[in-house]
Amino acid sequence: MSSNAITNPGVQIDEKPRVDILHEWVTTVDHKRLGVLYMFSSLMFLVLGGVEALIIRIQLMHSLNTFVSPQVFNRMFTMHGTTMIFFVAMPVLFGFANYLVPLMIGARDMAFPRLNAFSFWLTTLGGLLLYFSLVGANGLYGAGNAPDVGWWAYAPLTARAFSPGHSTDYWTLSLLVSGFGSIGTAINIIATVLCMRCPGMKLSRMPLLAWLNLVMAGMVLLAISPLTASQIMLLIDRYLGGHFFDAQAGGSAVLWMHFFWIFGHPEVYVLVIPAFAFLSEIIPVFSRKPIFGYPVMVAATVSIAFISMSVWAHHMFTVGMNSYANSFFAITTMAVGVPTGIKIFNWLGTMWGGRIQFKVAMLFCIGFLFQFLIAGLTGIMQAAAPFDWQLSLSYFVVAHFHYVIVGGILFAIFGAFYYWYPKMSGRMLSETLGKWHFWLFLIGFHLTFTVMHIPGLLGMPRRIYTYEPGRGWDTLNLIITIGAFVQAIAILVFLANLVISYFKGAMAGSDPWDAWTLEWSTSSPPPAYNFASIPVVASRRPLWDLKHPEDPDSRYE
Amino acid sequence: MSAMANPFPETPPTWNLPYRGKVAMAGLIVAESAIFTIFVVAYLFYVGKSLSGPTPREVLETPIFYTICLLSSSLTVHLATKSLARDKVGAFIGLWLLTIVLGGTFLYGTGQEWHRLIYEHGLTISTNLFGTTYYSLVGLHGFHVTAGLVMLSLVAIFALAGRVRMQESRRVEVLAMYWHFVDAVWVVVFTVVYVLGR
Amino acid sequence: MQALRSTNSLARGPLSVLLSVIWQVRAAVGATPSALSPTNIFAPASTPAKSIAHLSIFVLVITGIIFVVVFTLLVYSIIKFRGRAVDAGREPAQVYGSTQIELAWTIIPILIVVVLFLATARVIHAIQDAPQPPSAIEVTAIGHQYWWEFRYPKLGVVTANELHIPVSDPANPTPTFLNLFSADTDHSFWVPELAGKTDLIPNHPNRMWMDPRRTGIFLGQCAQYCGVQHAKMLLRISVDSPEDFAAWVHGQQQPAVQDESVETGRRVFESTACINCHAVAGTNANGRFGPDLTHLMSRATIAAGAAPNTPEKLRLWIQDPNKIKPGSLMPAMQLSDADLDAVLSYMETLR
Repeated sequence: MSSNAITNPGVQIDEKPRVDILHEWVTTVDHKRLGVLYMFSSLMFLVLGGVEALIIRIQLMHSLNTFVSPQVFNRMFTMHGTTMIFFVAMPVLFGFANYLVPLMIGARDMAFPRLNAFSFWLTTLGGLLLYFSLVGANGLYGAGNAPDVGWWAYAPLTARAFSPGHSTDYWTLSLLVSGFGSIGTAINIIATVLCMRCPGMKLSRMPLLAWLNLVMAGMVLLAISPLTASQIMLLIDRYLGGHFFDAQAGGSAVLWMHFFWIFGHPEVYVLVIPAFAFLSEIIPVFSRKPIFGYPVMVAATVSIAFISMSVWAHHMFTVGMNSYANSFFAITTMAVGVPTGIKIFNWLGTMWGGRIQFKVAMLFCIGFLFQFLIAGLTGIMQAAAPFDWQLSLSYFVVAHFHYVIVGGILFAIFGAFYYWYPKMSGRMLSETLGKWHFWLFLIGFHLTFTVMHIPGLLGMPRRIYTYEPGRGWDTLNLIITIGAFVQAIAILVFLANLVISYFKGAMAGSDPWDAWTLEWSTSSPPPAYNFASIPVVASRRPLWDLKHPEDPDSRYE
Repeated sequence: MSAMANPFPETPPTWNLPYRGKVAMAGLIVAESAIFTIFVVAYLFYVGKSLSGPTPREVLETPIFYTICLLSSSLTVHLATKSLARDKVGAFIGLWLLTIVLGGTFLYGTGQEWHRLIYEHGLTISTNLFGTTYYSLVGLHGFHVTAGLVMLSLVAIFALAGRVRMQESRRVEVLAMYWHFVDAVWVVVFTVVYVLGR
Repeated sequence: MQALRSTNSLARGPLSVLLSVIWQVRAAVGATPSALSPTNIFAPASTPAKSIAHLSIFVLVITGIIFVVVFTLLVYSIIKFRGRAVDAGREPAQVYGSTQIELAWTIIPILIVVVLFLATARVIHAIQDAPQPPSAIEVTAIGHQYWWEFRYPKLGVVTANELHIPVSDPANPTPTFLNLFSADTDHSFWVPELAGKTDLIPNHPNRMWMDPRRTGIFLGQCAQYCGVQHAKMLLRISVDSPEDFAAWVHGQQQPAVQDESVETGRRVFESTACINCHAVAGTNANGRFGPDLTHLMSRATIAAGAAPNTPEKLRLWIQDPNKIKPGSLMPAMQLSDADLDAVLSYMETLR
């Protein structure tokens, strides 16, 4: 319940009926409420995706286990990947973008509030459609059940011949629908950032979060569209007798791979760039220094966006491309590591010479730096194509990308929650529960994903529902499973923190962290109209200028 | 505070940012271009690779007349929006309706061509790789033309009811951008299917 | 061999010399199978796997150094620049950036990338563009859901799931070159100690090679998700001495053993739907959908490694494949016990 309603003494204000509150939330076009709705939705899917992960891990705890059948296992890893990427990571990042971008650029809302709401509901509908597949009619080999083709849905496994029934169609349609939602949000973010900045906020004075979400939105436009196109082609193959990926008619399975990864690789940058944005806002505040090298950070992000559109076939090193193609994608993949490394160094440079405060949000950011460094380096290992001829399709890759998405992106998201929850709710999250969350999750994460590199090096492929004893994988998999359960407990602590702090947390005030960007100049939570009057800015840190009039940034920029 | 540097910045004398309608439409065009690019790549990749069935050379007839119709409709929609910007609502309505007629004619031409291909040559989307890629690419474009015509017709209805005046010219321009995009895509599709792919 | 020579020319400079020395020691030690796992990518026994392992160690050393440097800086900065109570209320110097530092940490990574790329490109070409010598053994591998079909076109041998190839002597190399095809979905051939993996994709032939340097059994499995029983599409390669290989080939080239005592079983086999999918050379069974059974008893496992080749397991497999490999494409034949025993005895003669 928001609102800083100014009451006249002696006037009775009745409590709003619950139904009205529900109606307000369902019909809202306010970017802040939609942001919160995105976060709720993604937390719900996080729990579902997490349960799927635990089922996978229990089955793989030891060799020749029979906890679930192969059919169920294959559905679990498909649903886990699809859920986590499309219905957890993307929505929560869109949610933060929605909430923060207008506030940080001094606007009252996004450029197109109704489009915003439409995009949110499309995304959520997509998620519900995916899960509806679980209750879809059973058929031959569970053909009316959840999709089991892996989250990349390689052809020709997705052809009617090999995937009868409708399970694959649930995968296709749910992503098609939510893809339109993503494109809508991307268009909204771009229009907002380019057209709604407050006076004085030139692009070079915009907070890095706004810049990075702008770049991310541009990438969404270019990356989601190939997935949409491929899915239309798949539907044409499955239902209109098309031959796009039909090997018997001369069609090419490799074409699906190219199209999918032209989406798939930029997609992971769509996920990580907003995480970079969180770091670029949180680390400076808790180091008590401005971000080191702002222009370089922008340039590096733009370079990453460009270069990342040229690396996709590093997911296809084993497919049998010729040596020149493999070499090309090897060097572009290594090249994208350069601007990424530059960003890590700039965050280090921000902390260097600062006065670091180890609030929970900062702890998660430090965890990100450590883990993203390792993830980037295992990425470089796989960029060396011959090394990838061993590592690809093994648990080494699974370990690598979970290091990026969980050890990197999810840690940054947790940091963002701890940092901006006070702004959104008016209350501080408990630092004590936060520390339990952090340390438990850190331990669980490393038990699982650091150890997971080893079975990969020892020859364990991915997407297998069981494995032979005597391969040396048993004990490692047991440790990995234990780590998964530790992470699950940490997530429960986090969810408990969110709920308990909402009712019992300390009042936050408008600026609990002594920060410098515009969202901290308004109340917590902000009123529906964001700012009493549209701010005017003269530097990148308008609140620093206000708090330090003897030494404003505007003098140096 | 007043003795030191003024921490409250002055409002800049001019602060003009782009019109968000145009920026949003540009974003949509970028996304749509990416979708079309994938279909074009698939088309080019599969040129000459059909294992059986009719080939482009055997069955395609270059639709010169209908192409001229569609490309002229870009001119008419451009003139229409310029008229509206100058408050010449009559000219606007006339040119706008002409745009719809030209676009509709193009769509009719596509339908006619498909009828001929299906019933005289037996080429359908499931016949061979050429059929699949041809109908998908041309069909995707035709779908976008249809969507455009629906939007143009809506505006025409509002215009005929007297609701579209000079103040709406910015919004009408956004829709015209979409229509220009549809025409530009046709230039590419035409080149790929009727020139390169033969 | 040409390929090995070009990867050895990686050795330039003291670091590479050190690596070479470490490598020779490892190679000598690694002449025996790895204790950690039979599928250890760092226990290579063939040139492609060795080139890859060599490159991998090089990459690991470089990335390891980068990790140590950055990690140390991170830990140092957390400790040295932590906020202390005495600092409360004072802000540190507000530093906005430094062009020299930015240039330094741009140029150094670019140089590292160049070095890594050159090393990588060399190995890519050495492995992928290696010419096929006339002494090579040619194998056609066709991936199926969920088994491997192996044909030796020049030797007239057809088998399934278990490959026999000769050990390759560097002085007189006899590498094995595989041509990879698929009959249905995508698969991937991965035997880590012999080579990197290569995919089997329908309508997209691929080629790979290996020249094992020691005899023994090498294990692997399908690495590209191909459907329900992807996990049980195992690979078993027997690297034989030249004599053993010749003997094996000779045995495989013979038509099926004709044993009158299992006449009943053979008749059940040939009159049931078995022959729709399976082939037995020298009989009228020539189905191609399932594995060739002519020399079934020469294999150590059945169902692509899902079970050992014992009478009990074979009986169970024929009775109901779903008991061993649920989702496999072989239907339960619903044979009576008598027929089942008869067919089993027939299978047992197919050595």
